Formats: sequence, C-alpha cells, structure tokens
Amino acid sequence: MKLLVSLLLCLCIPAVWAAEANTPPLDIGKGGQCVRDPQWMRKNHMHLLIHQRDETVRKGIRDDQVSLKNCVECHASLKDDSVVARDDSFCVGCHRYEAVKIDCFECHASKRKAALVKKDDK
Amino acid sequence: MSDINSQRRQFLKTSLGAAAVAIAPGMLLFDTAHGKTEAASSKVRWGMLVDTTQCKQGCNDCVTACNKENGLSGGTKATDSQWIRKIEIKDIGSGIETSLPMMCQHCEHPPCVDVCPTTASFKRADGIVLVDRHRCIGCRYCMMACPYKARSFVHEELFDQKPDVPRGKGTVEACNMCVHRIDNGQLPACAEACQNKAILFGDLNDANSEIAKKIHSVASVQIRADLRLNPGIRYQGI
Repeated sequence: MKLLVSLLLCLCIPAVWAAEANTPPLDIGKGGQCVRDPQWMRKNHMHLLIHQRDETVRKGIRDDQVSLKNCVECHASLKDDSVVARDDSFCVGCHRYEAVKIDCFECHASKRKAALVKKDDK
Repeated sequence: MSDINSQRRQFLKTSLGAAAVAIAPGMLLFDTAHGKTEAASSKVRWGMLVDTTQCKQGCNDCVTACNKENGLSGGTKATDSQWIRKIEIKDIGSGIETSLPMMCQHCEHPPCVDVCPTTASFKRADGIVLVDRHRCIGCRYCMMACPYKARSFVHEELFDQKPDVPRGKGTVEACNMCVHRIDNGQLPACAEACQNKAILFGDLNDANSEIAKKIHSVASVQIRADLRLNPGIRYQGI
C-alpha cells in the first residue's frame, strides 16, 4: 500500500510541477472566482461568452455575472486597467501562448470602466 | 434503539449533509446571479414622439448627448458615424422653417432587416431595431434599404469604445435607442438631454403611458408613412 502511495506521489508531483511551469505568467488584476473554478474557466470561458453574447444582444438578457464587461472589470490589470495591453495581460497571456487570436476587443472595451471615465474627464 | 436503526439514522444524516454540500454552490450561484436576467418583452413597444414645435433651430443638444453616450466622434463627413442628426426643413409656400432630429425610426416592418443576408439586422421583441455586429459582414445592403438614411458604416479602426456600446470597423451601426440605458430603466440620452423636452420616450403599447396618451390626443405623423413601415418614432407639428 505504502509503495503504491509513494509511486503515485512520484508520478503526480512532477506532473503538477510541469503544469505550473508551462502556464504563462498572467496578470489577473483583482482576480477572484465568481463564475466557476479557474481550470474550468480556462477550458470553457469561450462557450459562456458566445452563449451570453447572443442572449444579451438579441434578447436583452443582461446577466452581469457572465458579461464580458464584468470579466474586464475584475480581470483588467491594476497597473494599466487593460486585459490586452501587455504580453502578460489577462487575455493576451494565454491566447498568445495558445496562438488563438482574440477579436473581442476590436469592438469591445478592453479597459475597465473607471479608467475610461477618467480619460473622458480629461 | 436498535443498532441497525441508529446506523440508518447516521447514514441518512451523512447523506443529507453530502447532498447539502453538493447543492450549496449551485444555490449560491443562483442567489448571486444579478443584472437583468429576463428577456425584452414583446408586450412593450418602445417609441418616441418628437414635438417639432419645441425643437429649436440651431440646437444640437440631442446630437451631442448621443455622441457622448455612444462614443461617436461627432464628425459629419460622409465616412463618419452619425446616429442622430438635425434636419432643417422649409415649406416653400408659407416660408415656415422647422427643425427636427432624424435617426433610426425603429420600424415595425424594417426594410433593413428584410435585406440583411446574415440576420445581423434584427428587431428585438420590444421593437428596437439593432445590428448584431457579431454577425454583420459589412455588406451595407441595410444602408441602401433604409429610407431614412439612418445607418452608418464604420470605415476605420476604433479605439477606447464605451464598455456599454461596443463598435468596430467593418460593421454597420445606427441609433439603438440607447438600448443599454433602456434595459437599465433610464431614458435614451437624446430624450434626457433635450432642454425643451421635445423628445418624449415611452411604451407605445401601454395605454396609460404619457406617450400613448399624447399620440391619441395630439395629431402626429410618421415620416414616409406611405411606405407602411409603421415607425416607432412619430413627429408632431410637421
């Protein structure tokens, strides 16, 4: 039994290390978990976003929790208020690593609202 | 109490506890879900009544408010987006000059929706005509179909859009009656900005609303009513 446990440990720990080492460095902004756990979100956030965009645009259902605007609000960097400005920004970090183009922010605001309001006042 | 009975009780307690733990996160999510979670209702039809006798010549407040709310540049070149514009008309016979705001008329039978090849142009359940830019391919058929010249095409890349009003190059756009504000229970920016209260916004289907009462008591017209598109925007005094 002990042998089995130690064998499992030997196999798992390097796997965890490897996984940690492979994830790109990310500036998660305020961060925190509000929709699902991070691993689930990494895999499935695009499905939530695509579902919600149709619900919002075509039916007018504006659920704050899964809105892109709210994702940006929490996950924009605390340094530059953006999710795409730098190589380690929240969206760019992983998307560059996975070589998946994001076109959300050609139209959608990539900065949190507070930053844009400040800019308007100037 | 027999041993079996107490074991059974223990088992029931544990499974209840486990079930509670399993359900709790879901309940928590349900509880914390916020924002407007019901869809736009087809019982409502949003519309406006513009009193042109109250609309001042040379006043541009509605246009400025629209530009600010939606992050438009405010330019008036052929390639600039204009969601609302002021029009001055003159009756040659009498010489009477009238000023009025012109924007998307939010038709009941919108020609822009008829011609759209990707169903990007659509009418929401509450009568607001919108462009779903996720589907818009920028063909501009809707711009040609619109009798009111209400739509604009975004020619250049845009930066720093408003979080509530996503806009982007290669898509068509028009007045959306400030749909993000309506969903939030606010008035459209132009109606709020008009100092003379020339723009009355409300639910045309609600017989008790101010706009419905006024439409039934004061003469008002739809522009190009001969096309039978039944626009949601009506004008009084022209």
